Amino acid sequence: MSEATQPPAILARTIAKVSPTAAAQPVVDVPTPTDTHAQPIVQVKDLCLFYGRSQALKSITIDFPRNQVTALIGPSGCGKSTLLRCLNRMNDLIDDISTTGSILVDGQEILDRGTDVIELRRRVGMVFQKPTPFAKSIYENVAYGLRIAGMRDRRTLDEAVEKSLRRAALWDEVKDRLRQSALGLSGGQHQRLCIARAVAVNPEIILMDEPCSALDPRSTSRVEDLIGELREDFTIIIVTHNMLQAARVSDQTAFLYEGVLIEFRPTQALFTCPAKKETEDYLTGRFG
Amino acid sequence: MVWVAGGGLAAVLLGALILIVVILSNGLVVFWPAPIEQVRLDDGTQILGRRINSENSIGRGLQVRFKTANREFDSQRQDFHWVADDKIASTDLPAECVVLERLANGDFYGFVKEIKSPGLDVKQSGDPFHQLQDALRSMDLHKTEELDPLLRRIEGKTDELNAVKLSRLKGEYRQKQLRNSASHDEKAATALEGNIAELKAVAGELQKDSERLVNQRSKVEESLRQNLAIVLDAQGASRSIALMDVIRVYRPNSMNILAKASHYAAKVWELLTTPPREANTEGGVLPAIFGTVALVLLMAVLSFPLGVLAGVYLGEYARDGFLVRLVRIGVNNLAGIPSIVYGIFGVGFFINSLGHAIDEQFYAYRLAEGRVFHGGGVLWAALTLGILTVPVVIVATEEAIRVIPRGVRESSYALGSTKFQTLIRVLLPLASPGIMTGFILAMARAAGEVAPLMLTGVVSTAGTVPLDGRFPYLHLERQFLHLGFQIYTVAFQTPNSEAARPMVYVITLLLVLIVLLLSGMAILLRNRMRKQLQIKTI
Ligand SMILES: Nc1ncnc2c1ncn2[C@@H]1O[C@H](COP(=O)(O)OP(=O)(O)O)[C@@H](O)[C@H]1O
Ligand SMILES: [Mg+2]
Repeated sequence: MSEATQPPAILARTIAKVSPTAAAQPVVDVPTPTDTHAQPIVQVKDLCLFYGRSQALKSITIDFPRNQVTALIGPSGCGKSTLLRCLNRMNDLIDDISTTGSILVDGQEILDRGTDVIELRRRVGMVFQKPTPFAKSIYENVAYGLRIAGMRDRRTLDEAVEKSLRRAALWDEVKDRLRQSALGLSGGQHQRLCIARAVAVNPEIILMDEPCSALDPRSTSRVEDLIGELREDFTIIIVTHNMLQAARVSDQTAFLYEGVLIEFRPTQALFTCPAKKETEDYLTGRFG
Repeated sequence: MVWVAGGGLAAVLLGALILIVVILSNGLVVFWPAPIEQVRLDDGTQILGRRINSENSIGRGLQVRFKTANREFDSQRQDFHWVADDKIASTDLPAECVVLERLANGDFYGFVKEIKSPGLDVKQSGDPFHQLQDALRSMDLHKTEELDPLLRRIEGKTDELNAVKLSRLKGEYRQKQLRNSASHDEKAATALEGNIAELKAVAGELQKDSERLVNQRSKVEESLRQNLAIVLDAQGASRSIALMDVIRVYRPNSMNILAKASHYAAKVWELLTTPPREANTEGGVLPAIFGTVALVLLMAVLSFPLGVLAGVYLGEYARDGFLVRLVRIGVNNLAGIPSIVYGIFGVGFFINSLGHAIDEQFYAYRLAEGRVFHGGGVLWAALTLGILTVPVVIVATEEAIRVIPRGVRESSYALGSTKFQTLIRVLLPLASPGIMTGFILAMARAAGEVAPLMLTGVVSTAGTVPLDGRFPYLHLERQFLHLGFQIYTVAFQTPNSEAARPMVYVITLLLVLIVLLLSGMAILLRNRMRKQLQIKTI
């Protein structure tokens, strides 16, 4: 990043005071893949983020491996969403925010001013906590991303819509009413529609911010199955409050606490023998 | 507390209900043929009239008011008379009593004696009432076959004359310009001269044609005017009435319910499809209906897009700073400004500034013949109404856009769309029912507004309406009639306001119906939008 990489002095002092862990090194123990996907798809380095004067992310350094599911866990308010939203520059929409550090997506710096945000967001899709269907037909919802990218060809659109809906395990339920308003679907269907919509533009990475927290258990398990299938083709980074869910769907888990990355290890390892006291406290429900 | 709140609601509803009942009960019965009573008083005088109402005045006992019609034959030129109830010796309902609806002087109540129709094809025997009906039918035929074509031709000539005159004025203006300009273009000047002379000659021809036609018309009218109905009034005096002036004749006392209903339907049809007569107190209100609807639609077309744009700016683009808050407060409070103030603004800005400028720029050649846009007209009135109602649209649009959850916006951005694409493709469709609600409110307000129109171009009688068969068909600079203003003029500005009262109720009812219709259509449209979007709220 070209501008100041250090937070203001006054803030740096505050960090030191309120979070003793900031100084300690996080435990990172992710096995380096040996195949062609050697390079991690997202490399975050020394990422600090300030909402006005309050710091939400404190010098985060983390590499997200390609074609795997990474879960972000941590007590609420610890900065999971904030970190996630940095990856597709969704935070640009919020006023009075300042970011330092570096994020490489496919080796390309995305925090630069000159980054083509539109193009970035096509590569890094996102699914939100609350389903947000548009006031359009089911078909148009899924085709939206392609249409705004300038795609006009009917056949291509038709194919993309069908493929995405199939991938989102929604096709059989809606294939007879593609032209009806998407707002008429149920909550669980809405979320799968949003996933189909994100998948349709064929991104490399899909960010999911608590995608199941507004869903009932049945819909939740459907979405979880879906994540299992999508990992074949996409890199998925998922924020979740539900520890069991993280254990079920993810390969790696990162634990954040008060804006600091505490531990980032294979899910199995992190859940069975946490290396840090904060992680253990969180997993055993002592806070959060 | 619940009782107080409920009571408040009940009071409001009651008030509205009373208003509606008054309008309905008075407006709906106007065209129903009420019976005509023949009243004999103690002193021997006879009255023929419709009972209107009665009042108990202190010291004089019960007084009954009758509509006696026959305005021009009355000694005081009155349609109505008060009669003391205790002076009435007897009343009955003579079956033969007729009502003649006339082009002038209102109704005539009396009895048909005989028909003198030398020019008409009528059997000279039988019941005089049926003779009269036959004569009227025949008269109608004569009118449509002889008079109407003449009138149309005269109108055509007048149009041609006007067109020629405008060409001539243009030429003369051009001539003046040429004379004043430094470079003398002799050739152009002589060509113009010739042109103008030619136009003058054509105008002379047309003028002669027109005069000939007018003469012809007077002759036809004169001969038609020979056909008379000899009628007797209440006192038995014989009067003659030209059949030319009679529109309709009926015997209210011997009509069955079916005949009354068809009379009612005919009157309603007349109301909706014909222009007014007798200072708007009789006849139809077609031009006023047209003016009202055209005004509202024109206003909607001109101002709603602007309101939506402003609302979008405030709701989506403007940052929530001091200035924006100030603008928002201002917009919200615009609705509280008395509408007459908007009217004055319309006069000052639209008519005297914009209209004046347009006239100077494009119509300078014909200003000697009268102003074009520099004066009240339907365009200016629509624009004035537009600025009056646009705050409602702005507020509704802004609100509708602002309540859309942030997630919806972010989802769109997350798919790689720009701010503009998000607005057009995602936010506006979601906000459309809310925006429509703003339209509905604005339209309802605009349709009922009168005060600003009085300053910006509404008139009570107009020779022309803003729409006709002549190019460019829609004449935005013209003045227009309006139902709301019609209510005011008919109720308070006619010499015989008592006789006009039924018309006031009828027009009021009609205006209410039209406002309901306009907003009803908008509401239907909104509900369809909602249904398409499957938004599950009312
Ligand atoms: N738009 C914002 N403006 C200011 N502070 C914010 C904003 N969003 C989040 N924060 C703050 O940043 C911190 C991290 O928030 P967030 O990333 O949403 O946490 P999580 O998703 O882990 O629950 C919280 O303390 C929160 O109050
Ligand atoms: Mg969150």
